[in-house]
Amino acid sequence: MKKVKTLSGNTLKQSVKNGGCGECQTSCTVGNQSCENPNR
Amino acid sequence: MIHQYKNNGYDIVMDVNSGAVHVVDDTVYDAVAFLAEKLPEMDEPGPVPGELAAEVRQRLAGECGYSAQDIDDAMSDIQELIDAGELFTKDVYRDYVLDFRKRKTVVKALCLHIAHDCNLACRYCFAEEGEYHGRRALMSFEVGKKALDFLIANSGSRRHLEVDFFGGEPLMNWEVVKQLVEYGRSQEEIRGKKFRFTLTTNGVLLNDEIMEFCNREMSNVVLSLDGRKEVNDRMRPFRKGAGSYDLIVPKFQKFAESRGQMNYYVRGTFTRYNLDFASDVLHFADLGFKQMSIEPVVASPDEPYALQPEDIPQILAEYDRLAAEYIKRKKEGRGFNFFHFMIDLNQGPCVAKRLSGCGSGTEYLAVTPWGDLYPCHQFVGQEEFLLGNVDEGITNTEVRDEFKLCNVYAKEKCRDCFARFYCSGGCAANAYHYGGSITGAYDIGCEMQKKRIECSIMIKAALAEDN
Repeated sequence: MKKVKTLSGNTLKQSVKNGGCGECQTSCTVGNQSCENPNR
Repeated sequence: MIHQYKNNGYDIVMDVNSGAVHVVDDTVYDAVAFLAEKLPEMDEPGPVPGELAAEVRQRLAGECGYSAQDIDDAMSDIQELIDAGELFTKDVYRDYVLDFRKRKTVVKALCLHIAHDCNLACRYCFAEEGEYHGRRALMSFEVGKKALDFLIANSGSRRHLEVDFFGGEPLMNWEVVKQLVEYGRSQEEIRGKKFRFTLTTNGVLLNDEIMEFCNREMSNVVLSLDGRKEVNDRMRPFRKGAGSYDLIVPKFQKFAESRGQMNYYVRGTFTRYNLDFASDVLHFADLGFKQMSIEPVVASPDEPYALQPEDIPQILAEYDRLAAEYIKRKKEGRGFNFFHFMIDLNQGPCVAKRLSGCGSGTEYLAVTPWGDLYPCHQFVGQEEFLLGNVDEGITNTEVRDEFKLCNVYAKEKCRDCFARFYCSGGCAANAYHYGGSITGAYDIGCEMQKKRIECSIMIKAALAEDN
């Protein structure tokens, strides 16, 4: 692509299939977290 | 849903529902804006309808003056993004939330109010000198042990459990903190769990023994300091009125160094008295700290230091100022981490996490010194939110279920907000104290959160340019 640089693909949509392990930290901020699930 | 904005010379397009983020040129930026006026979100990728494409091309040439080649390239790139499922995608997560309602509630984190007492008298403290609208009290080892047992018993198959020592000032009950850590560690192998202990402190009682213990046992420590000396001492005095800055800063500097400048946050609170709070963050950096944050005060609107709606433009401009300096220092090799500018665009939280938010009232509970359970530390002392106690567990299932259903789709103000998958609906306590409902939103907080997300992504774009 000549005019676009993608910083992030459709990671949110993909995580429907490979997320949800529930082992991440609670968050009092969600958007600032990283996920350590090796299956993602 | 598309959100697009310009910041610091970067044109950024967010496809909210897929999580995709793009840095684009002006032609694509304007083309996306024109398309977004009429193009519906797509179940599946497909071509832009010919009539609409022709209309957009005409506007790009007529209204904006772009060349035919520029327009061709822009429309081609946009179609490529649509085909990849990274532009004009549909929100497909509502059904996911319905599944949440059926899930069994498990507890994964406790905030232990180890001391309802404090040696400072911070003017904005919602806990009122640590006492939470009640009496001074210290948690006994027996109550703390029951809390850890409750956590283990109610954590289901989850292996990682979190315990935050909070107050008041936790160091005023230090012996019990150590005993509880020791007890938790003794249960790990037996019960197949792993504890992550954390501590929040004002630093007054910090000494070498405490630092050494924390460096061994605490996964993270939060060190409370508000920034420049005059700012800190105005809001964080001792009970007799003297400022705390001179005593605390050297201790925090030593503590941060002893942790290898990792796994801690120096965090401040900014108020109406320091709307130039970027200077306080930079002051942290100038003191040698590498991990820092500053949070907006949450206070009754009639307090003189409370943030007011008319302060928002200045606050947002201050985040921009901080972001520009943040990039500059990173590029000069003297960078620091600002909590709210940290964002992981490639391996961020999964959608299940983003929809459920902080987990207050379900996964995360606060425990008072006498063993009562509340949805989180900000609700402690408000009897209508009392959930139960460490002896009997959760007895008020009605309130728990109210929190269980509290997600971005339950909040009207979040439905059309681009930030909903980053903030997950915001803080229930702020919403309740601001508007009387946990499914409301704290408007001032929302504006700041949106700005911080925009700055975070812009910073990613700026730093990616160098790589």
